[in-house]
Amino acid sequence: MLTLAHFLTLGAILFSLSIAGIFINRKNLIILLMCIELMLLAVNMNFVAFSRFLGNLDGQVFVFFILTVAAAEAGIGLAILVVLFRKRQTINVAELDDLKG
Amino acid sequence: MIVLELVFYAFSLVLVFAAVSVITSRNPIYSVLFLVLAFFSAAGIWMLLEAEFLAIILVVVYVGAVMVLFLFVVMMLDINLVPFKEGFIRYLPVAVLVAFIMAVELLMVMWSRGRFGADMFPVPAPNPADYSNTRALGELLYTNYLLPFEVAGVILLVALIAAVALTLRTRPGIKTQDAGTQVRTRRDESVRLVKMKSEKPRSV
Repeated sequence: MLTLAHFLTLGAILFSLSIAGIFINRKNLIILLMCIELMLLAVNMNFVAFSRFLGNLDGQVFVFFILTVAAAEAGIGLAILVVLFRKRQTINVAELDDLKG
Repeated sequence: MIVLELVFYAFSLVLVFAAVSVITSRNPIYSVLFLVLAFFSAAGIWMLLEAEFLAIILVVVYVGAVMVLFLFVVMMLDINLVPFKEGFIRYLPVAVLVAFIMAVELLMVMWSRGRFGADMFPVPAPNPADYSNTRALGELLYTNYLLPFEVAGVILLVALIAAVALTLRTRPGIKTQDAGTQVRTRRDESVRLVKMKSEKPRSV
């Protein structure tokens, strides 16, 4: 029988994988953005699962809004990436140290 | 229902495999394509959860628009692939450690004492055949969540304008049409009257 815990486990594994992705892909900003998308997918999975098992559709409405904001975020993030690449010819995170952070 | 479980495990395996491939691929294009696979599998699992509208939205909007945008950017940028994996081996142990600890902690919370098991959250009966998930979601979205829905539209508009404004550039030396200059043009800027004697046809 598929319980809520199965779906939450899948979300947890996805989330951990995307955390690992952020750690190992320090050289490529595009893959970092993709890891964020994967993370949002994991969160959405939890929302949908809870919405189903609680019999409450509000969780699905929340996923709808998360998808909207994630699309806006991806659009602006990629636009910034393109501008950055035009100016610096690189998207390596390690070389973006102008702010001396 | 053993079939549902088989479908769930199949989609989950594909999803986890795709996620691992996204973060370990050498080429960003493969990463994007594996992310598409991950979204497809997630849509399948959402179908199992009877969230049909969101599953379709995930495929149509996410795979159809956002991932294609990613693909465009990856192909447009002429990035050098070799140095990207320099830190891969260096950061791999800490990444595996952090991810493993996080996963173990989350799983401990989930599976200990059957907190999210079938006793606490009984498996709901499947919806009747004439139930429409899209209709139910729409009714909720246009009543209780009307204002957030409108705000979401405004957010998308702002993102659209911001993306265009960020990437817009005017390159020098390009002969493009300038409608403002065309409209502002006056007669004496383009017409010159020349006085000259009238010519007579040469008599034969």
